[in-house]
Amino acid sequence: MVKYIGKRIIYMFITMFLIATATFFLMQTLPGSPIASYSKLNDTQKAIVEKKYGIDKPTPVQYAIYMKNLAKGDLGTSFAFKGKSVNDLLASRIKPSFILGAQAMVFGTIIGILLGMLAALRQNTFWDYGSTFLAILGTSIPSFVFAALLQYYVASQWHLLPVGLWNDGWKSSILPSLALAMGPLALSARFIRTEMIEVMSSDYITLAKAKGANKFEIAFKHAFRNALIPLVTVLGPVAAGLVTGSLVVEKIFAIPGIGEQFVSSIMVNDFATIMGTTLFFSAFLIVVIFIVDILYGVIDPRIRLAGGKS
Amino acid sequence: MTKILQVKDLELSFHTFAGEVKAIRGVNFDLNKGETLAIVGESGSGKSVTTKSIMRLLPESSSEFKNGEILFNGKDLTKLPEQEMQKIRGKDISMIFQDPMTSLNPTMTIGKQVMEPILKHQKVSKAKARKVAIELLAMVGIPNAENRYKMYPHQFSGGQRQRIVIATALACNPQILIADEPTTALDVTIQAQILELMKDIQKKIDTSIIFITHDLGVVANVADRVAVMYGGKIVEIGTVDEIFYNPQHPYTWGLLSSMPSMDVNEEKLYAIPGTPPDLLFPPKGDAFALRSEYALQIDMEEPPPFFQVSETHYAATWLLHPQAPQVEPPAAIIERMRTFPGSRYYEATGGRA
Repeated sequence: MVKYIGKRIIYMFITMFLIATATFFLMQTLPGSPIASYSKLNDTQKAIVEKKYGIDKPTPVQYAIYMKNLAKGDLGTSFAFKGKSVNDLLASRIKPSFILGAQAMVFGTIIGILLGMLAALRQNTFWDYGSTFLAILGTSIPSFVFAALLQYYVASQWHLLPVGLWNDGWKSSILPSLALAMGPLALSARFIRTEMIEVMSSDYITLAKAKGANKFEIAFKHAFRNALIPLVTVLGPVAAGLVTGSLVVEKIFAIPGIGEQFVSSIMVNDFATIMGTTLFFSAFLIVVIFIVDILYGVIDPRIRLAGGKS
Repeated sequence: MTKILQVKDLELSFHTFAGEVKAIRGVNFDLNKGETLAIVGESGSGKSVTTKSIMRLLPESSSEFKNGEILFNGKDLTKLPEQEMQKIRGKDISMIFQDPMTSLNPTMTIGKQVMEPILKHQKVSKAKARKVAIELLAMVGIPNAENRYKMYPHQFSGGQRQRIVIATALACNPQILIADEPTTALDVTIQAQILELMKDIQKKIDTSIIFITHDLGVVANVADRVAVMYGGKIVEIGTVDEIFYNPQHPYTWGLLSSMPSMDVNEEKLYAIPGTPPDLLFPPKGDAFALRSEYALQIDMEEPPPFFQVSETHYAATWLLHPQAPQVEPPAAIIERMRTFPGSRYYEATGGRA
């Protein structure tokens, strides 16, 4: 197991290196430059600014410098926010993003699992159709629509919760979390429903029933853990969905999170910040996928052993 | 002999999109204390459904008892509320399934699975239940049970898994053990071991066994009595000797003829022609008539009642009616009948001693 984890960590670093390289060169192909918006500057002044930020050097040299700094954990200096390092910029914005993401993930999967279980155990009843309907809505409607609807009704019409910003503590996080949670919720509900129905018809469930177990024990002691296995596999992509969702949702709710930072830095061609946020999101996803793989082994003993052997 | 279970006129249907499938169409049998009753028949004959209906393991939404009763300790199991049924399952009646590879929960240690019925039905502490479970595992032949107790099903072989399933079924010393083709999925050497194990256990805890199989070799090995099922009905029932050496129903003849035998020198193995009846539209008369070369006119019109052959032997075929013409069973069957005292072909001199 230790060997397996060690190997995985090495792979994670390789992945990060490749992502950093790819993003760096993709960025160079973008039209425009970080200082293109400084229209008042004349050519000499532009040259001075370019020299200051080091973007006058040839691309390979820039790449070498960037990677050297990255290895030290330094993401460079922002072009748009003068004098601020990207590290500081991100650090101040991690908290809201993290709270939103975590809440959406936990709330979405738990409610989704419950709905899926309910649908599977009450197959072809009102509960089943209701939860399937909700799952289809959650999958097909993008999170920004939910965000707008929640803002309009809950905040603007009924005045229950703040319409945006991050000034009201936990209250501010409820609506954006809900908007983000619809995706994971729908996905978990669909997965758990399908898997529960499948598991409930397996031999070991009949055997559990033949041992005298009641419906509750069958569903939760025997079926649940087995139904959870495939859901765990998609939690990685779900987390990815949350990241992309947060870009838009944070913007809509004007929340000072990383997603919002990402979007605004793209608007102004702030190379260093775009690179920094991209790498941050990538690192986050890679870690989530790693955790999911470990979780997989915790839930399914067959995988645990296979991992231990390698 | 005490009758521990009586199945009377049992009729059960499945509701499907295509219509009502009459899977069991009037089944009668008794199970005596301590005996092994084998139920044989081809796929779809209703043997599994009969036993699953005894434990009420069929999906409630799609299956329905149409008639009859299943009497166990004076209680009619067909009418028992689900909660009462849960107290019987795994305690008084327990079950072993066909495929040991799928009948254990892959994410639960085998110890937990064996312990489950003990904790469920007996008021004992966890430590005590664990002790009993380890003893059970040792009894069914799992070596090093104390250490392997915490392992998962995938760490055991097919034969061992079936032993674990058997240990689970025996956890509460059931009065009836239903074994639904317990050896079908195992290879032949393991089959023999599992059969030995089941016979041993029966001696030890004096349980009655209903043994479902389509393997007549297995039947000869384990059973005291045999019920032959066809098209949702029992067509012949009797002791092992009566069924093997004095069969009366043409279907039983067909089954026995299609069993490979050391004595017969035929090149080609006999197969019963045709296919089993469609129970969506069950035939009017004898369900086997269309596949039987011995069918009479009346077989097409009216289902045959049970005719008594001996005190323990009954067969549902019009051939036993006093007015029926005498027919010659297949040669292989006559060969068998010659050795059975009481059969019409019995030769006192030529019989096996």
